[in-house]
This record gives sequence, structure tokens and C-alpha cells, in this order.
Amino acid sequence: MKEFVPAGADLELRGIRKEFPGFTAIENLDLQIPAGEFVALLGPSGCGKTTTLRIIAGLEEPTRGQVLIGGKDVTFTKPHERPVNTVFQSYALFPHMTILENVAFGLRRRKMANPLQLAREALDMVELGYAAERRPQQLSGGQQQRVALARALVNRPSLLLLDEPLGALDLKLRRQMQIELKAIQMEVGLTFLHVTHDQEEAMDMADIVAVMNKGRIEQLGAPEALYERPKTAFVSTFLGQSNLFVGDVVESSANSLSISVAGSKISVPKNRAEKHDGTIAIGVRPEKAEFHRTQPAASAELNILGPGEIVDIRFTGVSNQYLINIPNVGNITVFAQNIGISPVIELGEQVWVSFKVEHAFGLVDLPAGNEA
Amino acid sequence: MAFAAFSPSASKQKSSSPVKSGKIVLVLLLPGLLYLGMFFMVPLVSLIITSLETPDPSGAFGVYQYALDFSAYQRVVVDYFPQILRSFGYAFLATLLAVLIAYPLAYFVGVRLRTRPLVQKLTLTLVVAPFFISFLLRTIAWKQILSDNSPTLEFLRSLHLLGPQQYFLGTPFAVVWGLTYNFIPFMVLPLYSSLERLDLRLLEAAGDLYASPSAVFRRVTLPLTMPGVISGTLLTFIPITGDYVNASRDFLGASDTSMIGNMVQADFLQNSDYPAASAMSAVLMAVILILVTVYVRRTGTEELL
Repeated sequence: MKEFVPAGADLELRGIRKEFPGFTAIENLDLQIPAGEFVALLGPSGCGKTTTLRIIAGLEEPTRGQVLIGGKDVTFTKPHERPVNTVFQSYALFPHMTILENVAFGLRRRKMANPLQLAREALDMVELGYAAERRPQQLSGGQQQRVALARALVNRPSLLLLDEPLGALDLKLRRQMQIELKAIQMEVGLTFLHVTHDQEEAMDMADIVAVMNKGRIEQLGAPEALYERPKTAFVSTFLGQSNLFVGDVVESSANSLSISVAGSKISVPKNRAEKHDGTIAIGVRPEKAEFHRTQPAASAELNILGPGEIVDIRFTGVSNQYLINIPNVGNITVFAQNIGISPVIELGEQVWVSFKVEHAFGLVDLPAGNEA
Repeated sequence: MAFAAFSPSASKQKSSSPVKSGKIVLVLLLPGLLYLGMFFMVPLVSLIITSLETPDPSGAFGVYQYALDFSAYQRVVVDYFPQILRSFGYAFLATLLAVLIAYPLAYFVGVRLRTRPLVQKLTLTLVVAPFFISFLLRTIAWKQILSDNSPTLEFLRSLHLLGPQQYFLGTPFAVVWGLTYNFIPFMVLPLYSSLERLDLRLLEAAGDLYASPSAVFRRVTLPLTMPGVISGTLLTFIPITGDYVNASRDFLGASDTSMIGNMVQADFLQNSDYPAASAMSAVLMAVILILVTVYVRRTGTEELL
């Protein structure tokens, strides 16, 4: 009888390229995931994230590149020989087996001791012990999802792949499963790679978020770092919202640089900017911007735009979302907590928008439509 | 298309008013019920009555009178025991061969060719194409191909795969070959219909859960396509046991390969022994019923959903 592997393994993808007849799903992908981390692969649908997962699981062969798990090259290893398990988007539970047999399937194939006992324990962990003798069709979507999770986790894989497994669940169950998943990952210490298009889910659960777009990893890092310092226009708008301003660099000091946007000057600290010359994009998060009824006093620490007109107000409970149209600059989104002037200001009022220079970030590229 | 009959096409629409549709259903069922009654129930009863008849006291050839005489049953079971055994033996062998040949073919068409629907339909049409030529003609063609001095045998002899005194025609081999050939489409179509619906994501999941390709087949593919295997084997096994063409001396068989069908034919058409022929048919039907019930019980309730 065989034993389980002791812990998670690290994963490395080197120069992965995947071509399908007619299109290239993955251009050139490098990714390194340390053992024991919870990593989210975040991207819009069609960005190649599921293909990446399938390549790691061995269900697709890359056109080029290498897959290493725990330092071992598994590029041409068959799926059943990889220390990897997947929670599929469709769950893919075997309809001709009971829930218990579904969970014991991997253990039986690996000739583990006491497969049924381990399967029962795994089912208890996802609180489905009572459903052991049922068939998958008799369970709800959320229950099936938990069975799929138990079926993968019971094998203690070095690497657990999750292919948008929460996609089909309703919001409440989704939140609950997110918390459970995270707790299970911390408890078992396995490496999780979670594919999702839900940025909140990615930021909430993952230690590391890899933002993927058009078959490439755009940026990788801790959720806080990604949110605070997005490097590309795509990341800045896909992970949270951003106000982006495009202009030519007109001033550059030791610590900061400024661009000119429709007569106004917008500055960014040099250490928060990816590019220091030419036409660049500077952004700020909507909750870091403020608006004022009167023009704020000019200051080196403050970027000021305006005046503009409030064209839309959306009430979301804890805060309001304002859309402010500034002539020649465009629309700026501002989130304001519902204290102070926020609850009393009205549509059509004239306001100035300001944000601190230290909150601005400079991007390496320009938003779509502004490319040179 | 012929294979449309085997597709899982939906007749799942729920009727909006069950009361009204009850009458409509009855009316729609009527032709079928009449047909069944006239062409199945009446002949069946008539068959059983005939099997219980006794020879006319006058002793006239082929004349019988109503009775409750079970001696025909005893006679056929004793006299035709070798033919009964042979029928089921051949049918078992031919069905097994048909599954072994048809499953890979159906898998290829139903799974591998999914990405090319046009090629898939063309291949299916090719499977059905032999039906456009008469069953008898095709069997006679095999008789030509397998005959003692045919180019096929000359060729095999030249390769020393076949001795100078060895031959095919009239052997059990030729009969089972012909039976397998003739019934393969009946195996392919239900298998195809099962395999075509097979969720390939389940196969991927099994591979992901450490199942080798052979384990994936045994644990997932085969159990999930069991309905196709069962209907395919029933559609071949049942008609093969009653077949009288392949085993007949005029086609691929000889007197020592004759099956139940050949005996029924001889009793009915040559010996005018109607009670024996009817009893034989009834016995055949009873044995098939028992075998099929056991088979479906065994494979069906446990392995199917």
C-alpha cells in the first residue's frame, strides 16, 4: 500500500505556448508558484487560463515549453501519472457511482489502504457524510461542487487545480465555499492553483494573484500589491476600477514626474511609475479620489482636476459612486463614503476632483484606444 | 437516415393537459395495438395451438387435429438437442465477435470523429450501406469468397496459412463468420448512440484521478455505455439464434452446422410436421426469454443508472 506525498510541491511553467488550429491560446507563458501557496489565475474568459490549467493537469500538451512540478519535468507525462488533481468546472462526477465511490476513485486507482474510510473522512470534511450512498444527480450544484472538491483533496495531490469551481453557485453559497476552500488549503498546506474570472474571489482567497490576458501573464503578485500598483492598463481596470489619464511627460524632478492633461498637471512619484518619458498613462483608484464644491488650494502633493459636472450617482449602501464629467478630460469615477458632503450633493453640481500624488500610479502601457 | 431511429432524440415534451391527451394517446396507440394483436398475439396463440396438435387418425401426411398433446415438445428437445446447443453457441460466439469488432468502430465514429460531423455521418452511412443490398445476395457473395477454389483460399494456401485439404465452406467457422458479418450493423448503431452521448469530461476526470487508459475504459467508458452494449447484444443475439440462412447448406453451412431455424424450416416446409416446427419455435422463444431476462437483470439493474 502506498503513502501520501508529504506536502505541496512548487510549480514552474517555462515558455509555454499553445496553438490550436486557427488560433493561439497561450503566447508565451512563464509562471512560478512556490509550494503551499494559494494562487489565483485571474483573467477574462478566453484569455487562456483554462488551457493553462489543462496543460498543467496533462489534459493538453503544450506546443512549446516545459511544465515542472516539484522540480521534475512532467511536460510529456500522462495525466494519471502526475501528482495533480483537478476540481473541474463541470464537476465531472461519475454518474454511475455513489458519492462515496466517486471520492474513493482516485484512492482505489492508486491502491491506497482503506480507500472507503479515507473517502468517508473527506466527505465529512466537506460536510456531506450523510450523502455518501447517493448518486451525483441527487445532489444540488453546491453539494456536487463539494463532492468534486473532496474527490480531488482526498488524494492529497502536490498541486490542486481549481477550474472556476464556484462559478455555478449562488452568491451566498459562493462566499461560504470561498471561506471553506481557504480554510482547507491552510489546513492541508497544499499548493492551490485557482482559475477564476472573478476578481473579488481572486483577491479575497489567494496569496498570489496572476492576472492573465490574451495568453500572457500581465502581472503577478500579492493582491494588495497588484491593487496598489497595477503595471498595465488591463490590470488596473480588470482588478478593481481605475481612472486613467493619458498625456506627455512635461516635467520631471528627482522624485516625481508630471503629465499634462487638457491644461491640468497630473503628477506621479517616480518610484510608482513604470515609464518616465514620452506619452504615459497615470491612474488612480476611485476610492482614493475626492471631490470638492470649491477649488482646493494648489499643492505639490495634490493633483487637482476640474471643474466638472456630476453626471451620475449610484447608491451602493456604504458608499456612493459618482461619475464626474470634466471637459476635455473625460469621465472620472469617485467613490465617497456616505458621510460629510456625499449624501447631500446632487446631480448636475459643479465640483473639483483631487487625489494625492502618492496615490497615483504610472503604467507601462496605454489604455486601449490610446496606443501610439 | 436509418440511424436516426437509434438516436436519443427527445420525446420528452410534457403535455399541458393530461386529461385531454389521455384520449389522444389511446387513439394514437390504437393502430399499434391492433397491429400487435393481429400480427403478434394471434400468430403466437395459433403457434402454440399448432404445437399441441396430434396427427390425424387417418394417418394422412401433414394433416393434424386439435389436441393437448405435448409430445412434440419432448420430441424436438430430444431430437434437436444438438441444433439447440449449436444455435446458442453460434449466437454467443457471433455476438461476442460482433461486440469486439463493433465497439472500437463505434468508439471511433462516436468519439474520435465528433469534431468532424460530416465524416462522422458518412462513416455511419457506410456502416448502414450493406443494407441496401439484399441480405441473401451478401451471404451468397461470402459463399463465393469462402468457396473451396476461390482466390481467397488459393491465396491463403499459397501462404501456407491453410493446408491443401482445409476449407471454410460448410464449417462452423464460415457460419459464425457469416452471422457476425450480417449482424454487425445492429451492434454498431446502438453502441454508437451510447458512445456519441458519452461525456468526455468524465474520461478526463478519471485520468486526472490516476486511472490509466485501461482503467478509464473499464471503470468509466464501459459502464457508461452499457446501455448500448446491452441493446446491441440483444439486437444481435436474438435474431442470430433464429437465423436459418447462414447455417443452411445453400449458403455457408452444411448438414452438421444446422441451427434451430433450419430445423423449423425443414419441419414446416419439407416434413410438414407442423406441431414439431411450432414446438421448436416455442422452445426457442422460451429459452431466449429466460436468457435475456437473466442477462438484463445481471447487467442492467446493477450497472445502469
